[in-house]
Amino acid sequence: MKQHTRNIRNFWLLFTGPAIWWSLVLLVPYLIMLMISFYTRKFPFHVPDFQFGNYVKLIEDPQYYLVLFRSIKIAFLVGVTAFLISYPLAYCLARKISSDRWRLLLYVATIIPLWVSYLLRAYTWKTILGSEGILNSFLMWTGVIQEPSTFFLYNQFAMVITMAYIFTPFMVMPVYASLEKIPSSLIEASKDLGANRVSTFLKITLPLSMPGVLAGFTFTFCLSAGDFISPTLVGGPYSNMVANVVATQFGIAMNWPLGSALGIVLLFIVLAVITLSDRLERAGRINLA
Amino acid sequence: MTRILQLKNLTKIFPGNVTAVNNVSMSMEEGEFITLLGPSGCGKTTILRMIGGFEYPDLGSVFLDGSDITDTPPYERPVNMMFQDFALFPHLSVAGNIGYGLRISGVKGRNVERQVGEMLDLIDLPGLENRLPSELSNGQRQRVALARALVRKPRILLLDEPMSALDAKLRQSMQVELLELHEKIGITFIMVTHDQTEAMVMSDRIMVMRDGMIEQIGTPTELYDQPGTPYVADFLGQSNMLLATVTQNESGRLVARLGELEIDVTDASIVSDIAEKVTICIRPEKVRLINLARDDLSGMETFEGNVQQVLYSGHAIYFTIALGQDTNIKLHHPLDTTLETAVIPVKGEQVTCGVPTSTITVFPR
Amino acid sequence: MAIGIAAASALGFLYGPIITLMIFSFNDNPITKLPLTGWTLEWYYKALTNPDLLAALWNSVIVAAAAVVICLAIGIPTAFALDRFDFRGKTIFRRLVILPITLPGIITGVSILAFFSMMGVRLSLWTVIVGHGTALTAIVVTNVFARLQRFDRRIEEASADIGARPWQTFIFITLPNIRSAVIGSSLIAFTVSFDEIPVTYFLTGRDNTLPMYIWSVVRRGITPEINAIGTIIVVFSMVLIFVSVLMIYDGRQDTPTGRRN
Repeated sequence: MKQHTRNIRNFWLLFTGPAIWWSLVLLVPYLIMLMISFYTRKFPFHVPDFQFGNYVKLIEDPQYYLVLFRSIKIAFLVGVTAFLISYPLAYCLARKISSDRWRLLLYVATIIPLWVSYLLRAYTWKTILGSEGILNSFLMWTGVIQEPSTFFLYNQFAMVITMAYIFTPFMVMPVYASLEKIPSSLIEASKDLGANRVSTFLKITLPLSMPGVLAGFTFTFCLSAGDFISPTLVGGPYSNMVANVVATQFGIAMNWPLGSALGIVLLFIVLAVITLSDRLERAGRINLA
Repeated sequence: MTRILQLKNLTKIFPGNVTAVNNVSMSMEEGEFITLLGPSGCGKTTILRMIGGFEYPDLGSVFLDGSDITDTPPYERPVNMMFQDFALFPHLSVAGNIGYGLRISGVKGRNVERQVGEMLDLIDLPGLENRLPSELSNGQRQRVALARALVRKPRILLLDEPMSALDAKLRQSMQVELLELHEKIGITFIMVTHDQTEAMVMSDRIMVMRDGMIEQIGTPTELYDQPGTPYVADFLGQSNMLLATVTQNESGRLVARLGELEIDVTDASIVSDIAEKVTICIRPEKVRLINLARDDLSGMETFEGNVQQVLYSGHAIYFTIALGQDTNIKLHHPLDTTLETAVIPVKGEQVTCGVPTSTITVFPR
Repeated sequence: MAIGIAAASALGFLYGPIITLMIFSFNDNPITKLPLTGWTLEWYYKALTNPDLLAALWNSVIVAAAAVVICLAIGIPTAFALDRFDFRGKTIFRRLVILPITLPGIITGVSILAFFSMMGVRLSLWTVIVGHGTALTAIVVTNVFARLQRFDRRIEEASADIGARPWQTFIFITLPNIRSAVIGSSLIAFTVSFDEIPVTYFLTGRDNTLPMYIWSVVRRGITPEINAIGTIIVVFSMVLIFVSVLMIYDGRQDTPTGRRN
């Protein structure tokens, strides 16, 4: 058999199974979701149709577009908060710890919480922030406040804290990776030319670590925007996010077309953010080698 | 001797329209040690890989013992390769690496052990069966790679830049060992290298390559003394390449002119028909410093020049002599008893050089 | 110095809630608040004898194991196809495969639900398994692909050179050398499956997985049994992940922290 033919045969032997699988579980479902988003809702279910009514509703009905805006806003805040928490940690790991073994150990220690149950980690904040929770009882015990405060839980503040907590390791990883790539000689050169530590950080280190920050922020943003666990657990009456609405539409509200439309919109927002961040990263790409 | 390998019109084009091998044809006799020599990118490694079965030609065929093996996969060819970076299996011991080929072909355990032991003796590494590749030195790794390739008794052994990972001293001893191994085993060796000294020392024949095509094939002596093109003359050993114009003078003799310099090249080695413009190739070690009064000048061409540079190199002195406006010539003078130290010319001195006409090669431009 | 303090606080912030969870799982008081009243194992006992919880735990094990099998069966060939071959639509395909872990899980869940409902398939543990397989295969693909990229293909050529057929080369040479990536990513996928909610939420039938059970309890309020089972899960996952991270970076000269191990 000619080698060329053999190569093609080998490829299809390898790839037929996966190709079928991926088409059936990814491609087809996404297309179906897209299709349903154009259907009309008709009690008790929905009928095939091709109309933009669902999308129009999303734009016109404040109930929906407010939720979209809120989700974007919260996702953004989560990204910023996670950034503020994780950057010092990543910086310390990358540039301040000289022992290789310690660095690996602490890095793994930072990453582990990432894989520990998301649900449980969100749940812990419910126990901490509640009016009968740990934070309140701590503050009362130490006399800072007299009565339990409802300030902490069931609002957007609680959501942002919870999600920032969950996504911090997501931020640390890429930030660490990009900080670590900066050759020490650049820092030394900056100091050699007269810049002090703060200046060097602001002018050299921070800009060069931006690709990692961007990657981490994008990831955090995308995952926060689509989260429904935190809003349900620690959010409040006014904290519905996109995912909650989608869940409701596919649940009690039985409005699959609307839910699909919302899902498609969410998908496009996330894809847009990823593409944007890709472009930004490529545009600002500096070759450190 | 029988013809063991034949390459017919071998062509390989890589993506991006890079023609790595361009219509190469040649044949090899059994038991030869042949080297493919050339700079990086000339296609020599690609040809080697096509013989081994790791690349497939776009055009042309490969014949082994008369059968067309062009489309045969590597595991069905009785040809084995020693890879440039050795490619030892990191997770297997030395014995595991060497015995791998035997086990794959179904040889039973005790036989495998025996043959592996024999191989280890052959490559002079007894007792290292259980070491991992990461625990060996570079030289040891090379031997294991060699043993692994030889244990299946292939018809042809391919060597891809075998010495490139070794330091200079090790390289020299390895060259000798490989030569002895070749003599001992007797199979055909095909080696790829960019090191012309290595090629000349080790090979029965050398194939000089350039830009995907064969420039010249021949024994080391043929290539060195009778280069077919300026490229070969310049690639093997060192050459002075001088650009000149040739005319016939009144007595019918061919005279090459460079600037004010005139050299009678009638008795030189002239490649193909003489055109007016030529490149003259003179080997530095053939040029002598001459004492006009004493030395015998028969068969020699002489010229005057001014010493520009004197480099002492242990066994020889390298002079650079300026012969005229822009013409410099290099001269390698061996340090032996014929040159008393008191007489070594210094920079700025005027000297006379001579070169036997028969050693001059003239190429049309 | 200030950086060190900020870093330490961040680390403390990361582990604080987990540690409080663990502490309170042993606390006497059924209400989770300070001050600590006493030491007890009652909540562990209650959690581990709860039939619903145990059933959910068992379901999760089944789902996770089955999902890992799918991930490997699909993920390894996919990684090889991406590493070794060039084909039309490769870039789009690569992006498609990564989507489930970059997009919010509900999109995967909802789309597969729509697909199943259109096919008339009833929801059950099998639908959950398919959902997990879809969502988690990318973990295996990315890890195995990364390992393949660093893989020296010359040793495969050497193996073919001395007579091994492609399947022999794959089993004796390729697989042993990518073993760490395969095992490590399987462990990670297993752990993530154990905690998966968004996709599971939409595809669950009558049988609950453990996170779905916990989710239903937790929505109503805080119970001490949840503290107990939570601690168990946390410890278990931490050990599992620790082991698998070390496996993936085992013998690698470029650990995530840069230099030789």
